[in-house]
Amino acid sequence: MRVTVIDYKAGNLTSVLKALRHLGAEVEVTDGNLALVESAERLVLPGVGHFAATRRLDATGLTPAIRSAIARGVPFLGICVGMQWLYSGSTEAPEQPGLGCFAEQCTRFPEGSEKIPHVGWNSLDVRNSSRLLAGVAPGEFVYFTHSYKAPVTAESAAVTHYIEPFAAAVERGNLFGVQFHPEKSGATGLKILKNFLEAAC
Amino acid sequence: MLTKRIIACLDVHAGRVVKGVQFVDLVDAGDPATQAARHAREGADEIVLLDITATHEGRQTLLDTVRRTARELFVPFCVGGGIRTARDAEQVFEAGADKVSINSAALADPSLIGEIGRSFGAQAVIVAIDARRDPLAADPVRDAQVFVNGGRKPAGRRAVEWAREAEQRGAGEILLTSMDADGTRAGFDCELTAAVSQAVSIPVIASGGAGTVAHFAEVFARGKADAALAASIFHFGVSSARALKEELAACGVPVRLPC
Repeated sequence: MRVTVIDYKAGNLTSVLKALRHLGAEVEVTDGNLALVESAERLVLPGVGHFAATRRLDATGLTPAIRSAIARGVPFLGICVGMQWLYSGSTEAPEQPGLGCFAEQCTRFPEGSEKIPHVGWNSLDVRNSSRLLAGVAPGEFVYFTHSYKAPVTAESAAVTHYIEPFAAAVERGNLFGVQFHPEKSGATGLKILKNFLEAAC
Repeated sequence: MLTKRIIACLDVHAGRVVKGVQFVDLVDAGDPATQAARHAREGADEIVLLDITATHEGRQTLLDTVRRTARELFVPFCVGGGIRTARDAEQVFEAGADKVSINSAALADPSLIGEIGRSFGAQAVIVAIDARRDPLAADPVRDAQVFVNGGRKPAGRRAVEWAREAEQRGAGEILLTSMDADGTRAGFDCELTAAVSQAVSIPVIASGGAGTVAHFAEVFARGKADAALAASIFHFGVSSARALKEELAACGVPVRLPC
């Protein structure tokens, strides 16, 4: 299994690389090399922090390369901000467009009595048909850390409740996204990454 | 439902886990990588590795320890102790930590919080606050004093006000240790924890004073803590994170039970 992790200098890749290697994947990191995206068999877009960081994907020419890889049918997994980037955008950085594979927009959790960000282990309500979350039992927990989230739609692969229901995972064809951090979610997270590495699209 | 986190804390010195009282009479308690893996397997939601000696010479040893510990660990992993600069933090992240905990360096230069956060994300920066109630203040809890040097030297800041500033400067979480409760095994300082937790929107991790399972239930309910640090509880009576969580679940505390 060969997988290409997209480095756009948004945070620390160490944990993601370590988890993929632990599962036996042959991992390469783009580090500015567009040719690696063009020849990729599978793509992972990690991401922590601010949605505005995805501006670097446009600035470095990665966006069109990723778009054509997705059009070729390359399995793509976006993690956290990497998932949000698959949507049309986020109110966190309204001037910065997302890829627009999913039409909705990401928004901040509504202010109220609960803390924002949503940090910690929360459970997944998994849709039956999900390939990414196959084998994840009802109520298994994964680790989240975020203030913005995608809305629940027919393409949500899993729903989590915090203040309100939101899309914990999204899935369509060769496109996969997770709001949580599978690389930090113990055995459950490793199972999900393994499903991605083995997904036939 | 979002669960309350139980965070296992390992004090390390010269590449080994140590147990001791107030940093003296240290007893060897095993290999950090082995201990961290065991806690994660038994249901700890997160691991904190604290370099309790944090000497300049010991830096390379610490980075080796972090690297070895991170290798097979797939839950959030925080490293604290002796991180004075953004470069120190970067080295710890490169070695495999997900978060760093900073304390006296943040008090000395609060801009360090934002500096680390801009490169690695706010979620990666925990500001640790050691506080003691101020019996002379109008409100001893709200006006609790921040201390450095293991609780020996006042930092000239109030805990609630410093926690607010840390949040504004981009801290992702607060690790609050009550110096009054620490080492007593008589329970967390729930009033102090609640005062800080209600003053900020970021999660607060309670530390210091745990002696029984009921103390944890109390700091989550009355102390409004989002997480609690468990260190010596595993040495006195409660055998594992799983045992602790099973008892907490029976008390109605939402926790993640390991599969």
